[in-house]
Amino acid sequence: MIINHPHLGPRNASEFTILGDASLINRPDWQASDAGDAFYDYQYLRDNPAGLHRELWFHEQGDRSWLVVTRDTVTHAVIAVALASDIAKAAKAKTAQKSAPKKVAPKKTAAKKANPKKTPAKKAAAKRNAT
Amino acid sequence: MRYSIWSLINQALTGNRNWTPVWREPEPKSHYDIVIVGGGGHGLATAFYLASRYGMKNIAVLEKGWIGSGNIGRNTTIVRSNYLLDGNEPFYEQSLQLWEGLEQDINYNAMMSQRGIINLYHSDAQRDSYVRRGNAMRLHGADAELLNQDQLRSLCPFFDYENARFPIMGGLLQKRAGTARHDAVAWGYARAADQRGVDIIQNCDVTDFRIKDGVCTGVETNKGAIRAGKIGVAVAGSTSRVMAKAGLRLPIESHVLQAFVTEGLKPVIPGVITFGAGHFYISQSDKGGLVFGGDIDGYNSYAQRGNLPVFEDVCEGGMAIMPMIGRARMLRNWGGIMDMSMDGSPIIDKTPIDQLYLNAGWCYGGFKATPASGLCFAHLLARDEPHKVATKLRLDRFRRGAMLDERGAGAQPNLH
Repeated sequence: MIINHPHLGPRNASEFTILGDASLINRPDWQASDAGDAFYDYQYLRDNPAGLHRELWFHEQGDRSWLVVTRDTVTHAVIAVALASDIAKAAKAKTAQKSAPKKVAPKKTAAKKANPKKTPAKKAAAKRNAT
Repeated sequence: MRYSIWSLINQALTGNRNWTPVWREPEPKSHYDIVIVGGGGHGLATAFYLASRYGMKNIAVLEKGWIGSGNIGRNTTIVRSNYLLDGNEPFYEQSLQLWEGLEQDINYNAMMSQRGIINLYHSDAQRDSYVRRGNAMRLHGADAELLNQDQLRSLCPFFDYENARFPIMGGLLQKRAGTARHDAVAWGYARAADQRGVDIIQNCDVTDFRIKDGVCTGVETNKGAIRAGKIGVAVAGSTSRVMAKAGLRLPIESHVLQAFVTEGLKPVIPGVITFGAGHFYISQSDKGGLVFGGDIDGYNSYAQRGNLPVFEDVCEGGMAIMPMIGRARMLRNWGGIMDMSMDGSPIIDKTPIDQLYLNAGWCYGGFKATPASGLCFAHLLARDEPHKVATKLRLDRFRRGAMLDERGAGAQPNLH
C-alpha cells in the first residue's frame, strides 16, 4: 500500500504504524453525565465496515505526523489522506461555530479564558500519544 | 454410510462406484427450532453438538458460500491448549480433549496428529514466563514440559542455537498438541451433523434479521424468509457486517492474516515450532510442505489477501530460528479474515436482542477452538446458560472491565 502523505508525497505503508478507527480522535467529555457509556463506546466498539474506512496512521519512520487515511478495506486502495491535526482543528471549529450562536455577547471573555485552559492539556495528551 | 475399513475394502473391490454424497443438499424449510448463521467449522460443530449431545432436532446451518470456503479451509491447522489465563485455559483444554476423540465422534478421518508444539524461549525472563504458563496449564489438567537446550537439541538439532540476536535457550513443550487436516474437519462435522438431521444450506446469504420488540424471530435470506426459535451467529471475519443488520456494534475489528506453504520436502520438522522473539510458527504437512505464518497485517481488511512487508517479516522470523529453510521455495500464500476482539479472546454469549446468540472474536486462534466453540455455543443455545468452561467469554466483559487479555496489549485489536 502507498500512502500519499500531504507533506512528503507517496510513501510506503511499511513506514507507518496504524492505530485504528479515526473515531479515536473524538475523545468523549469525561465530565459528561453519560461519560461511562461514552468511553465504553469510544474505547471498545467499532463500526468495522467493509468498504471505506477512516483510520489513524502514524508516520513512525518518517516525520512522525498523525494522518487520517481513508482506505477501502475490501481492495486496500487508499482514497484520501489528511493530517489528523487539520481534521481535529476543523472538527473543533465546527463545534465552536455550533455552540457560538447560543452564547450571548458578554461571554466572549469567558470563552477566551476557557480556550487556553483546554489547549495545553490537549497538546500534552497528543505528545503522550506520540511517544 | 458409516466409514470403516470394511466400507473402504468393499468400495475398493467394487470400483468405488457406490460412494454416496457426504451430505444432502436440502431446500430450506420455512421454520426451524435453531438456525445457525455461518457454515464454517464453528457453525457446523455447533449444529453437530446440538444434535448429538443436546438432543435438539430441526436445526439448519446457513452458509453464504460453500462448506470449507472460509477460515476453516484457510488456517495453519494447529491444535493446542497452551494458554495462561483462568478464563481461557479450561476452554482450550476442553477443546483439545474433544480433538482427541473427534474422529470417533464424527466417524471421519480428520488426520489428527498429536506431534507436539514447542514454544522457544530466548532469554532467562522468557523462560520464567514459560514456567509460569506451563504451571497454569498443568493446574488446569493440560500437559506441559519445560525443555532446556540439551533436551531441545536432541529433538530438533537443526535450530540456530547460537543466533547472536536471539539465542535459543530451550522451549515449552506440549506433547498432546499437534495438527489436524482442516478441510476434513469441516467435511467431517458437516457429514456428521447432516446424518443427525441437520439441514446444511449452502449459497444461502442472510440479508436481514427479523426483529420485533427486541426479539429475533428469524432471518431473511436470498432463499426466502426462515423463521426460527433461536438464531446463533458464527461468522468469524464477517461478524461486524452481519450483526450490523441486527443493529449491533461490537468490540471487533476484521483483520487479514496470511499463511504460507513451501514445496514438499522430506520430513524435517517434527512438530509445531513457534519463535519466541518474533511472531513465527511452522509445521510440516503430511504432504511435506512447510506450513507457516506470523503476525496479522495490522490494518482493517476484508480482502482475504495481505501485503508483502508482513511476508518479509514472517520469513525473517523463520530464518532467525532455522536457516535451513532458506532455500525452500514458496508455493502459495493466502489470507483469511480474522474477527479480532478488543482483548484477544473470544465471545460466546447472548446478545442484547432476545433469541439472538453470538459466537465471535476468535482472533487468529479459531481453528484449535472449533470443537469447544461448537460445544459451548450448543450448550448456550440449548440451555440458555454458558457452558462451564465458557463462563468468562462474555460480550459484556469489556464494559465490566473483566478483560481476558492473554498478551496484555490492551484494547488494540491489531496487537493481539
